[in-house]
Amino acid sequence: MSFLEVTAFLFDGFKISLLIFAVTLLCGAPLGLPIAFCSMSRFKIVKSISKVVVWVVRGIPLMLQIFIIYYVPGLLFDYQLFGQIDRFMYLEYGISDAGRITAVLIAFTLNYACYFSEIYRGGIESIPRGQHEAGYVLGLTKSQIFRKIILKQVIKRIVPPMSNEIITLIKDTALANCIMVCEIIKNAKELAATKAMIWPLFFTGVFYLVFVGILTIASGRIEKKLSYFRS
Amino acid sequence: MSILEVSNIRKSFGKTEVLKDISFTLEKGEVLSIIGSSGSGKTTLLRCLNFLETADCGRIAVDDNVLFDSSSKIKLTDEKVRENRLNFGLVFQNFNLFPQYTVLQNLTLAPTLLKKDNIAAINQRAFELIKKVGLEEKADAYPCQLSGGQQQRVAIARALALNPKILFFDEPTSALDPELTGEILKVIKGLAAEKMTMVIVTHEMAFARDVSDKVIFMDGGVIVEQGKPEDVINNPQQERTRHFLSRFQENKTI
Repeated sequence: MSFLEVTAFLFDGFKISLLIFAVTLLCGAPLGLPIAFCSMSRFKIVKSISKVVVWVVRGIPLMLQIFIIYYVPGLLFDYQLFGQIDRFMYLEYGISDAGRITAVLIAFTLNYACYFSEIYRGGIESIPRGQHEAGYVLGLTKSQIFRKIILKQVIKRIVPPMSNEIITLIKDTALANCIMVCEIIKNAKELAATKAMIWPLFFTGVFYLVFVGILTIASGRIEKKLSYFRS
Repeated sequence: MSILEVSNIRKSFGKTEVLKDISFTLEKGEVLSIIGSSGSGKTTLLRCLNFLETADCGRIAVDDNVLFDSSSKIKLTDEKVRENRLNFGLVFQNFNLFPQYTVLQNLTLAPTLLKKDNIAAINQRAFELIKKVGLEEKADAYPCQLSGGQQQRVAIARALALNPKILFFDEPTSALDPELTGEILKVIKGLAAEKMTMVIVTHEMAFARDVSDKVIFMDGGVIVEQGKPEDVINNPQQERTRHFLSRFQENKTI
């Protein structure tokens, strides 16, 4: 296999990595916000449930969570949900791995939403009470104060921890190969097994590096854009 | 008819009673200064009047319109609280400007969200107020580009943007050095000359004496002494007031 063929084959896998990355970010980032609000709730029950969920999800290895999501429907209800999706999508549309990828996306979204929620909570709670009070005495509602006064200050404060988490996310996508999803590392391992080529495995690092480079530049731009005010 | 009537306000935090039966009245156009040592309940009183805290007991009325009455069975809704707050403006000790908005936007944000007027009128009024506090050149600056004194002047203008009936100040100069303090006191004096009704919690005794029509001395959650500034500050009747003011009197004779 030529260098270009290997690169193309690895890139096919990296597309799956990027898919997991994008869906986790697009679903997990918004989902983190209600979890953060639950963790700050005045109602003790809501708060406790939220804290326990965050504790469990952050406390178990992501790889184990992928296994749990993937196997639990079969063990509990004797129905291989994700296996069935795999079969159905392959037979009907010729798409492989659809069920496995779905299981991975659920596990990733849940896991990252919990991490994001703690970043949001920290950001929201770090805004001085005086900002809320200044809004109150001007007759604004709680929701106006959050949307028009607090939110932007929170965003400014959470850009560094969020970009940290997002950089971790692209590398975590490699965990998907634990249930045989054809992401980039899985493809590289396949080359090692079938063609006795070991260098593609190391070469995958370049894909991650380039992507993390782009993410770093993007987060730097956002920080710069928000540098016009201090809070 | 008094513009502000405060009767029998009590407030406790846990077991600590911070306000014990506070009553006073204020006439339209008057300036009231509240003095007293830290922890005497001055700030808590101000916060109760602005509904940042809810008093446990008592009654607050503005222009004979009852805003709060603990003996009434009707619970205050969030909407009523917001409506109540609009009677007052509050200037904080540490300004609390919104950092992501320019000076002008700090003034126009609330009137715009509350749909007080059309945008052009809101902007015009905001600009007039910025001019009044002498910051017309800073209208498009962000708070982090201003000195403490300038920030506090913006905060005063922001509080005035909603046309409050009474303007409250919570130690407006405590975060500022003596030089910057002067510019804030000048703005407040200007407002007093225009007959703006104001309540000022302050440690600036000379200023309290010069600007106010009435002075209240608080200690341990009660009003120890109240009256004309020349009486309370120059000639206090109570031992506690004399003790509190002794340092000020000493400085004056030097």
